[in-house]
Amino acid sequence: MNCPECDAILNIPDDASVGEIISCPDCGADFEISKKEGSNVELKQAETVGEDWGE
Amino acid sequence: MSKVCIVFDRLRTEEKMLQKEAYNLGHDTLMLDAKITQVNTDSKKEDFDLGDVVLERCVSYFRGLHFTASLEFMDIPVLNKFEVANICGNKMFMTLLLKKNNIPTPKTYFSFSSESAAENLDKVGFPLVIKPVIGSWGRGVMPLKDKDAMEAVFEIRDITDSPHDRIYYLQELIQRPPRDIRVITAGDEPIAAMYRKSSGGFKTNIALGADPEICEITKEMEDMAVKASKAMGGGILGIDMMEDDERGLVVHEVNNTVEFKGLARVAQRNIPKEMIEFALKHVRK
Repeated sequence: MNCPECDAILNIPDDASVGEIISCPDCGADFEISKKEGSNVELKQAETVGEDWGE
Repeated sequence: MSKVCIVFDRLRTEEKMLQKEAYNLGHDTLMLDAKITQVNTDSKKEDFDLGDVVLERCVSYFRGLHFTASLEFMDIPVLNKFEVANICGNKMFMTLLLKKNNIPTPKTYFSFSSESAAENLDKVGFPLVIKPVIGSWGRGVMPLKDKDAMEAVFEIRDITDSPHDRIYYLQELIQRPPRDIRVITAGDEPIAAMYRKSSGGFKTNIALGADPEICEITKEMEDMAVKASKAMGGGILGIDMMEDDERGLVVHEVNNTVEFKGLARVAQRNIPKEMIEFALKHVRK
């Protein structure tokens, strides 16, 4: 599928799961896999790093 | 066969490793995205099929903490417990508890306004290290080496003025080799450790490019890690220590949702496997 931001081709591994982050190799935008049924994948904008993120 | 629920908000390598090891041990897993889960005051344990134990693994501290509160409200066993997560997520609470339990920790000064923090620095002298009470990966951690640096940092804090910016946590700068030690514990037992070598600056966070190197757990490290884990309330923790040139080991941080993918590649023991085994043992007690 294509990057919703810059239209570059996104390479989504077959074993990728819902919740994983996909980064566009061209524009660097991050997307979260919100739905995955077979080869049908839906993406949403990934959250940006928050003040409280970490260990 | 048991069932382990892994709560996440961003599926990282660690969560997938935990899922894989649970599967390899013959257990079912459920991956639950906290961002799309709804709970209310009438929610009951039976409304959710979360298995025997929940591992809370959110990257957002506040999301994970509040999610844990809702799980404990329904009497669903979760690791780490709310109280442990609450303390470890706040550097001031954690430092106070370490000291209260006589665990060697760097001397730390607390002030509750920039004026008061500046006054304290005038008394104590430079350098001190300023750390945000909430946050991770070394962000916002800065050595204040002189008055100019202090004024710049304090001015920015006064402008942003988020609730946590009003809490000034200033710590002595430890004289040590350019590395620290991370010990991962499960149920008060150290399972693996690494040196985190600075990549140039004074910070040693892996997230900032520090070099991980396997570390043999000495008796002193083990004792210190066990004490720190017990002081926090146990569970699955990442205990950070520095080698003070004069005092020996000092514990400067205990992490609640510990990241381990780097260490897992070189550790002798299987970290995610040990975590799953501990979690299930913990609920069977």
